[in-house]
Amino acid sequence: MFDWLFVSPAERRLLGGPRFGGPTPWVIAIMSFSIMLIAATGLALASAASLMSNAIESRYTLQVPGAATSLDPLVQAVRSTPGVTRVQAVPENEMRQTLERWLGPAATSADLPVPALIDFDASAGAKLSALQRRAAAIAPGASIVAHRDSVGPLLHSLELLQWVAFGLVVLLSIAASAAVVLAARGALDTHRFTIEVMHGIGATDLQVTHLFQRKILIDALVGSLAGAFAAAVVLLLLASGAALAGELMGGATLNLIDLAILAVLPFALTVLATWVARTAVLRSLRTAL
Amino acid sequence: MATVAEFDSVGLRYGTGAEVLRDLDFRLRTGSFYFLTGPSGAGKTSLLKLLYLAQRPTRGRIKLFGEELSEAPREDLPPFRRRIGVVFQDFRLIRHLSAFDNVALPLRVNGAKDEEVEGPVREMLAWVGLADRASARPPTLSGGEQQRVAIARAVINRPELLVADEPTGNVDADMANRLMGLFTAMNRLGTTVVVATHDVGLINATPGAQLIRLENGTLVDPTGTLRNPPRSAP
Repeated sequence: MFDWLFVSPAERRLLGGPRFGGPTPWVIAIMSFSIMLIAATGLALASAASLMSNAIESRYTLQVPGAATSLDPLVQAVRSTPGVTRVQAVPENEMRQTLERWLGPAATSADLPVPALIDFDASAGAKLSALQRRAAAIAPGASIVAHRDSVGPLLHSLELLQWVAFGLVVLLSIAASAAVVLAARGALDTHRFTIEVMHGIGATDLQVTHLFQRKILIDALVGSLAGAFAAAVVLLLLASGAALAGELMGGATLNLIDLAILAVLPFALTVLATWVARTAVLRSLRTAL
Repeated sequence: MATVAEFDSVGLRYGTGAEVLRDLDFRLRTGSFYFLTGPSGAGKTSLLKLLYLAQRPTRGRIKLFGEELSEAPREDLPPFRRRIGVVFQDFRLIRHLSAFDNVALPLRVNGAKDEEVEGPVREMLAWVGLADRASARPPTLSGGEQQRVAIARAVINRPELLVADEPTGNVDADMANRLMGLFTAMNRLGTTVVVATHDVGLINATPGAQLIRLENGTLVDPTGTLRNPPRSAP
């Protein structure tokens, strides 16, 4: 099945020319580089979205507007609710100190209404509606906010960005395939005489195709690996906390499965390019007698 | 008697032009030697193209080696082409390959390994007087040398049918005689030989060969009976 990969030097000489001549390896390298970076970004976004989603899935906040009174009864109410696993109160004065970083002295003004917050984690079966009623009885206007509701739009945006990254990977793969088809047609034109002679002495289409298929496989593999290597260097720089990297990557990380997917991509691109070239060459040869 | 090729009412036209070959009816007997003659433009090269399966007839039927191939699927043709050796008028050597690799090409297409190729190719190159030019590429060879490489390539596989288009056009008389000697020897071993030529001397020097004469795309002998060549000019 793969005997076409291992041809004699004599068969290699049939197509002549330099081993890595022409623009194909360069085009594939650029495509591979771009695909790797986009795929890594997409996977990192997926990872970040997953982390964020897991972190906020069970997290809630009890907001207490204008909470000048003590939070203790409310904290006690939250803590005594079945299913609540963690409670942390954020008193109004702590909130004002936090806001002071952005608002300055105005944050301490009594004219600025600042709520007190009680963060808590609750399991899926927790009776939050009962807690809501009890909290409202203690502090009128108190309300429970699920973090997933407030972060939902951000998660949707991240999911959309992952699909955009996936679409770009597909588009770049199609562009790489189109470049390979053009390269294969160019190679056929360049070697048309050799092909005619080979057909004339009884070579089959497959014999001729294998020569081109092998050459394009090598070009595509070299280009893919070179592009992937360059992308890996860039990703390592980003991951090691270069100034620019920090801005771009944020807290996103790549796990082992993500790395495995990235490692497979250059080989997948090579297989795709080779298959496309083989199909293009066979189709072109069939137009001759 | 067994036939290598049978042409029945064969016609050929290129595109929408007039027919260049018309109503060809003849048979080539296995093991015979034929000369194809006729004035320039008579259709000799077109007839040879039909014989070595580089062209399909636009009408009529062609049988080669007992198989009807006029409308055979193209993927069925390579095995038949391997049974045919062709010497092209323009040699058709691959310029970037050495003389050795050009001659070895039919063996390699046939699946021969490198070690199976070395001996026969060296022997054939020696026979055509090019033993010391094995590594030379066609552009560095003279016209006569290229023609000898082309002939060596055509006969290396011991084809059942050898088709040659003006094979001695670029060689001196001595080499022409040697090449015809090679063709005759192959013919004696059973290869059917068809040589297109204008060279009367060549025809006269090959006793027993038969003559196919084309004029304006048709066989001059309307009965289809192929005759022994005359001693005078065709």
